Amino acid sequence: MIDFDPSTFGLAHTYQKEDKDEINTLSMPSAPQVIYRSLNGPTQTNGGNKLNNFKHGTTTLGFVFKEGILLAVDSRASMGSFLSSEQVRKVIEINEYLLGTMAGGAADCQYWLAYLANHCRTYELKNGSKLSVAAASKFLQGILIGYKNSGLSMGCMIAGTDLSGQHLYYIDNDGMRLKGDIFSVGSGSTYAYGVLDNHYRYDLSLDEAVELGVRAIYHATHRDTASGGVVRVYHIHQNGWTKVHDGIDVVDLHYKFAQQKGLVGDGDEAKQRLF
Amino acid sequence: MSYDTALTVFSPDGQLFQVEYAMEAVKRGLCCVGVRGKDAIILGVEKKATSKLQDVKTIKKVYQLDHNLCMTFSGLNADARILANQTRLQCQQYKIYYEDDPSVDYIAKFTSQQQQKFTQRGGARPYGISTLIAGFSNNKPKLFQTDPSGACSEWKATSLGKSAKQVKDFLEKHWREGLHEKDALLLTTKALMDVVESGNKNIELCVIRKNECWFLNENEVEELTKITAQLQ
Repeated sequence: MIDFDPSTFGLAHTYQKEDKDEINTLSMPSAPQVIYRSLNGPTQTNGGNKLNNFKHGTTTLGFVFKEGILLAVDSRASMGSFLSSEQVRKVIEINEYLLGTMAGGAADCQYWLAYLANHCRTYELKNGSKLSVAAASKFLQGILIGYKNSGLSMGCMIAGTDLSGQHLYYIDNDGMRLKGDIFSVGSGSTYAYGVLDNHYRYDLSLDEAVELGVRAIYHATHRDTASGGVVRVYHIHQNGWTKVHDGIDVVDLHYKFAQQKGLVGDGDEAKQRLF
Repeated sequence: MSYDTALTVFSPDGQLFQVEYAMEAVKRGLCCVGVRGKDAIILGVEKKATSKLQDVKTIKKVYQLDHNLCMTFSGLNADARILANQTRLQCQQYKIYYEDDPSVDYIAKFTSQQQQKFTQRGGARPYGISTLIAGFSNNKPKLFQTDPSGACSEWKATSLGKSAKQVKDFLEKHWREGLHEKDALLLTTKALMDVVESGNKNIELCVIRKNECWFLNENEVEELTKITAQLQ
């Protein structure tokens, strides 16, 4: 049971003390007990050493429409100008009814979303009912506020389904939590927003929504060097979530869209348009 | 060797005597009744002034835990106050943690867990109360009972305290599924009036609806007792 003084809400060590009266034979390894907050602003990761600067090289997006929620993400991980992976899974399957997207520090997102999954399951077993999306996202916000200014880097979306429908939340390491209909997070988000805001309607069909998500990610990967790889698409509906696309190569998409526009890439584009 | 002087000692036949004695204190407490209807839950409790000089109006035995969650009890008054305050705090903490309202199940489990803690601790005694917790979860009315041993169970209608058996027999005969608020209210009042000296001064009633709680004031209770008496 929750057993803390509201004035210390958000301090990291409170999450260690939860259920202190119960015998925890299986306790998950977790972060240090006490976090001293820096009053000077965000701590720098490795003093700006670019080789270890993983931050924000991503495009992820999610939007709510009449068939539920669509999440689309890229799969590139970069360390400065070095591409460390083109096959990262940036949608984390928290449980059968909740998904989280990853942007910022991969380790932070992976760990805390796994912690959230553990908590959701424990709650479900103890109380016989599932946590709502609002509750799960609020819980995560509570954790991140406790680590504010200590160098966590996370810009994730929590999307899921519960008794009151499908909901999409944006949560970041500053402790911000926003409920919304359209979000895009990462270095390529501005490009994705351009495409998304242009064509988004609530009454999109599933196919149209998937097409929109794929296009938006493609355009972001085309212009943003830190985004690329493959596009992965998930759909959240009232029965949980479905993986719509496990990985469409953005290079293939590039030529597919170019062909649709009648572009051949031979340098004679302008001439063609005269006819 | 007496096995009842310390809480943390089992007797050879498996009883915790202090917990049993706590339940005895509950049995001698003033009567309380809970009835679950279709769209409301009624909690009714007997109040007794210890002297003519006491203002019975100011004795409040139904505690509001949240905007649509209430609790009443039989047993030691002061223990109830402490437990109610802890549960009130838990309701708010849950909201900060999870944004949603806690379900009645959760709050009942929390209350019973608090009561259980004190059956397994040295130097402390169990809470001398059994509680009735009523509220709505997922738009469904729910009534829970907890007791000093930490047990927790859901009920359709129940009663605690003195003459609890008599009231429970009455409820078993007359309770049915799908009671409307008015009928449930009349049933509760009738059940209480059978065992309490009638009059608005001795009964406290509370109606818990989906989004609010209605605490009947003394005029409303008096009117209700008059109507109930006529229906007999």
